[in-house]
Amino acid sequence: MNTAYKDWESFQEDMVLAGITPVDTESSSVPTHHLLELCYIPPYNATVVQKLLDQGALLMGKTNLDEFAMGSGSTDGVFGPVKNPWSYSKQYRERQRHDEHGDSHWLITGGSSGGSAAAVAAYTCFAALGSDTGGSTRNPAAHCGLVGFKPSYGLVSRHGLIPLVNSMDVPGIFTRCVDDTAVVLGVLAGHDPKDSTTVQDPIKLPMILGEMDVSRLCIGIPKEYLVPELSSEIRSLWSQAADLFESEGAKVIEVSLPHTCYSIVCYHVLCTSEVASNMARFDGLQYGHRSGIDVSTEAMYAATRQEGFSDVVRGRILSGNFFLLKENYENYFVKAQKVRRLIVRDFMNAFDSGVDVLLTPTTLSEAVPYLEFIKEDNRTRSAQDDIFTQAVNMAGLPAVSVPVALSNQGLPIGLQFIGRAFCDQQLLTVAKWFEKQVQFPTIQLQDLMDDGSLVLENGKLTSVSLT
Amino acid sequence: MWARALRVRFPVPLDRGRGFASKAGPQGKVQEVRQGTHSPRLASQGAGRVPAAKIEHLERLALVDFGSREAVARLEKAIAFADQLHALDTDGVEPLESLLEDRCVYLRSDNVAEGNCTEELLRNSHHVVEEYFVPLPGNVSLPDMVNKTPSPTAE
Repeated sequence: MNTAYKDWESFQEDMVLAGITPVDTESSSVPTHHLLELCYIPPYNATVVQKLLDQGALLMGKTNLDEFAMGSGSTDGVFGPVKNPWSYSKQYRERQRHDEHGDSHWLITGGSSGGSAAAVAAYTCFAALGSDTGGSTRNPAAHCGLVGFKPSYGLVSRHGLIPLVNSMDVPGIFTRCVDDTAVVLGVLAGHDPKDSTTVQDPIKLPMILGEMDVSRLCIGIPKEYLVPELSSEIRSLWSQAADLFESEGAKVIEVSLPHTCYSIVCYHVLCTSEVASNMARFDGLQYGHRSGIDVSTEAMYAATRQEGFSDVVRGRILSGNFFLLKENYENYFVKAQKVRRLIVRDFMNAFDSGVDVLLTPTTLSEAVPYLEFIKEDNRTRSAQDDIFTQAVNMAGLPAVSVPVALSNQGLPIGLQFIGRAFCDQQLLTVAKWFEKQVQFPTIQLQDLMDDGSLVLENGKLTSVSLT
Repeated sequence: MWARALRVRFPVPLDRGRGFASKAGPQGKVQEVRQGTHSPRLASQGAGRVPAAKIEHLERLALVDFGSREAVARLEKAIAFADQLHALDTDGVEPLESLLEDRCVYLRSDNVAEGNCTEELLRNSHHVVEEYFVPLPGNVSLPDMVNKTPSPTAE
């Protein structure tokens, strides 16, 4: 990898960067942190951050997210919600009524890594890192018109990624095109002695995506993903995408992942259980916010956690602890682990039947206005919005959301490709071919451009691709 | 290619989406679970009340306060949601603990490779004396404190 180039990166607040505390600013995609860690100065860099620094990357900052990466809207961070740059795009605004041009109807980015998505979508940086435990990179990527990549579990180090669900978390990558993702992945992938869950398989680097012979490809369409809640626009695009592959000679077949409907429930149990365990470290003693209660250790811990965690986080901890009670352990936690195996088997069976890549929607709909999103609580929203993405995390497979087209409202819609474990390069090669076919439009931030806030090249915003 | 007939791929026309759920597998179970998955209403219909003693027990274990009746209701909904798993037969299925279960996972050798960052580590704590983190008396259990320390978000 050529160390002479510099690229601008952002990464979200749940990855550590030595010596840097968050800065409070007025903007909407402000670097932020969970209350419990507002005063935490990490004494080390996350491996993924260090690898980027070693290659000469210029780190721009840390971005906003749902607190502890719990959420699907990036609306529950301690410094406030993240606004989707597409809310201000010409493509969206020209389709809205005039009285909706005020700022109150801005759209969510999706989540939980919404800040990183907003940063890349608004052309503030070349790429951004996020996390992906149930879709937290792919969901906002779809809503913000970006490539959102979730690597295979075990391919990229989690050292320094504040753990949510150890058996599912991975760092995620946001870029504006697939080639850029390959560049970043080429830097990040590989075994890390500091993370025992990274595999030691040899990986061919740098990751260069070659041409794809689509006629040799078999695309699987999981029929259980065709749910009534899916918007008709996305259903149509999904169908058209399948047709596109078929017209180029690929074999496109329907497959079945029979346990799909149990997947979100299984995820809910495993996620809350692991969260309950992982959040136990936040007691205020060695780092983070510490309550002023000084009567006893337990009282101090309880008050600290009460003050430091939001309702969302507390809710998940309490649910998780319920499932982990001795009397519930077999019926809930172990049961969910068994269901997880069935889900993994579903994917294995689909791939063993000759499928190379699965094609599914990423989200149920385009980005919605914030005021509409907050009508339901965080848990309900997550259960709805993670529907297409979380099964992939349970199986540890690589997946990527690729922006396809704009909706009737002028908002981005993405589709998801899912690959076999550790076939990340092949997956990205397919995604690159598809991206070239669909020619997703560039965001037009006209209002911002008119006052000179953005630098243009030839009157158009361009993506800086380094390959 | 974008104008290709959609009926070839998804047989039901776009304007009538309701038929899909019933085509997707074992009828009764899928319908039931899907409703529960997407409609919070079903979850709360079947939600059992969690006894007060259990609530206190959970608060003690988690060292996290429920704080309100709404939070308890959310727990009950979460439990009802999770109960859907019981509809699935998993006899003979081994629990999956790790995706790397069929590999030999790397362990570092037991040698000190880095450290000497005492100052940075201690800097993050609010209460430090010399090189010690300072906790509080540990022999006072939380329930004894409940009466003396009002919860900040008590109803």
